[in-house]
Amino acid sequence: MLADKDRIFTNLYGAHDWRLAGARKRGNWDGTKALIEKGRDWIISEMKNSGLRGRGGAGFPTGLKWSFMPKVSDGRPSYLVVNADESEPGTCKDRDIMRHDPHTLLEGCLLASFAMGAHACYIYVRGEFRREYQRLDAAIQECYDAGLFGKNAAGSGWDFDCYVHHGAGAYICGEETALLESLEGKKGMPRLKPPFPANVGLYGCPTTVNNVESIAVAPEILRRGAAWFSALGRPNNTGTKVFCISGHVNKPCNVEEEMGIGLRELIERHAGGVRGGWDNLLAIIPGGSSVPLLPKVTCDTVLMDFDSLRDVKSGLGTAAVIVMDRSCDVVKAIARLARFYKHESCGQCTPCREGTGWMWRVMERLVTGDAEPKEIDLLLEVTYQVEGHTICALGDAAAWPIQGLLRHFRPEVERRINAKRAGRSAALVAAE
Amino acid sequence: MSLRRLAPDQPASFEFTPDNQAWAHKQVKKYPEGKQASAVVPLLWRAQEQNGGHVTEPMMRVIGGMLGMSPIRVLEIATFYTMFNLKPVGKHLIQVCTTTPCWLRGSEAVVAACKKHIHTHAGTVSDDGKLSWMEVECMGACVNAPAVQIGDDFYEDLDGARMEGMINDLRAGRPVKPGSQIGRQNSAPEGGPMTLLDLKS
Ligand SMILES: Cc1cc2nc3c(=O)[nH]c(=O)nc-3n(C[C@H](O)[C@H](O)[C@H](O)COP(=O)(O)O)c2cc1C
Ligand code: SF4
Ligand code: FES
Repeated sequence: MLADKDRIFTNLYGAHDWRLAGARKRGNWDGTKALIEKGRDWIISEMKNSGLRGRGGAGFPTGLKWSFMPKVSDGRPSYLVVNADESEPGTCKDRDIMRHDPHTLLEGCLLASFAMGAHACYIYVRGEFRREYQRLDAAIQECYDAGLFGKNAAGSGWDFDCYVHHGAGAYICGEETALLESLEGKKGMPRLKPPFPANVGLYGCPTTVNNVESIAVAPEILRRGAAWFSALGRPNNTGTKVFCISGHVNKPCNVEEEMGIGLRELIERHAGGVRGGWDNLLAIIPGGSSVPLLPKVTCDTVLMDFDSLRDVKSGLGTAAVIVMDRSCDVVKAIARLARFYKHESCGQCTPCREGTGWMWRVMERLVTGDAEPKEIDLLLEVTYQVEGHTICALGDAAAWPIQGLLRHFRPEVERRINAKRAGRSAALVAAE
Repeated sequence: MSLRRLAPDQPASFEFTPDNQAWAHKQVKKYPEGKQASAVVPLLWRAQEQNGGHVTEPMMRVIGGMLGMSPIRVLEIATFYTMFNLKPVGKHLIQVCTTTPCWLRGSEAVVAACKKHIHTHAGTVSDDGKLSWMEVECMGACVNAPAVQIGDDFYEDLDGARMEGMINDLRAGRPVKPGSQIGRQNSAPEGGPMTLLDLKS
């Protein structure tokens, strides 16, 4: 188990003071100026060496992403945009960082912006997070009052402004280019890539979009050194991670753990175990609603990191662990996700707009068994037609949970259809 | 995607209060010269709040004028983003999360309480005008499921009975306490944290 001394989010549960004074006692904003004085290249190389991969779902190496930003400005400003839209079902970790440990994030904003040559940063918070928005706003004001932001931020010689912005309810605005559109005052519709945001991002300027957790861990990595972070976890899957454990466990919770912890250990040590015991487990969605579920037999041994979960045809995603015990109607659980994606599709590409609605309607019929057996393969076929054929990854995210369900629970889906048909023919016989 | 339209009955005008006008002015300054449109969501939001919970057609013209946007572009924003209500809501709007993690822990009972004590139809204001409810997608509070949002606050670890109790309190004008309804410390496991125990500050 990760030792408390290796935990970055020391106020994850809000037991202590979130304000600057409290954050300083916990080590935030300690020697920030000296870190900046080590220079841009040093920061980026430490971040690369730490092995940190983005915590927003895709797992792209953070240091490498920062290095894509122009070294010399062509006249356009550069921006850091922090993705605090946190809307992937199952995920509620960025919320804790913002409301209880806002200064881990804000110090990260300054360091990351400096490393990318950005003098301004926008934090895009989902509309529902009113309290988190207000708290960030207050914490930003503290930073200005203490000289940590503004001209000569933290005495480093770097001028830095940080703003908090909010959305108004749209999962798609978590997709980084939709988020930029939304921040520009437009509908949150993803852009075609390329060009990538590092070339043409916010207001047509070089921009990097990072998840809250990716930015918030940066100061501690730089203070303690890349070697400390990369010694945690496994190669290519390093560091600590905030896991969100929801669903059929005895004690749902968030917890910061070491990457690569066993899924079973994670649940039994921190979430009081599966309701009714481990043998009562049916399936787990290990990384937020967009990744395929895993049946119990896989959950017995799988480790919680990017590569281990990819090897079992799922993903770490946002590390939101959604647990379903044997009382759960797993077909209904996935049908509800299909409804979510249908509701959240922005509608600009046909396979996603039409496909999400179509998949949801078929899923609803699979729940009750009111379908033809051949529709199972037709549904699978449609998921493959949506996957990879859309502007953004929402199409994939809508397809994968269904593929996961049919990969592992096809017999259950078939059983329902057969039961319904048997019932119908029995009724026919009785009627004759 | 779903089709969303403004309500048929519309007031003639809208005006920000002086305080909100000053606040709006400050918001616009967050964005670079010529990029005032960025403030459209925050301004519409404040307008919705000022108006008791829903947006109206005159707001599109007023906010469009303030930000140099045509009213139709503001309307596009109001219909795209689901937290803008296009018709009147109750004094207290209860937004019930029903996405899978909340469903796994009993959001159906929370919905049933709303149907029984507010209105059988989502989006219809109760007869006393005090309450309305709607279903929403994941609010980002899944380890405290099931959860609802009322105003700025989240109410968590609910069940049918607790939701009924809250509805009664709201109706009677009694205060309701945000956060976990079973006394959990935020997202820590029930019974108290099992990590971060060595740290004191
Ligand atoms: C439909 C969709 C929704 C997304 N929602 C979020 C989100 O809420 N928060 C987030 O950080 N990333 C989200 N992402 C991923 C972002 O596009 C982007 O990869 C991420 O913010 C990059 O940050 P990172 O490199 O620090 O992980 C979403 C992606 C898609 C396709
Ligand atoms: S895949 Fe769906 S959400 Fe993404 S751009 Fe296309 S229609 Fe919009
Ligand atoms: S599913 Fe309800 S808060 Fe996430």
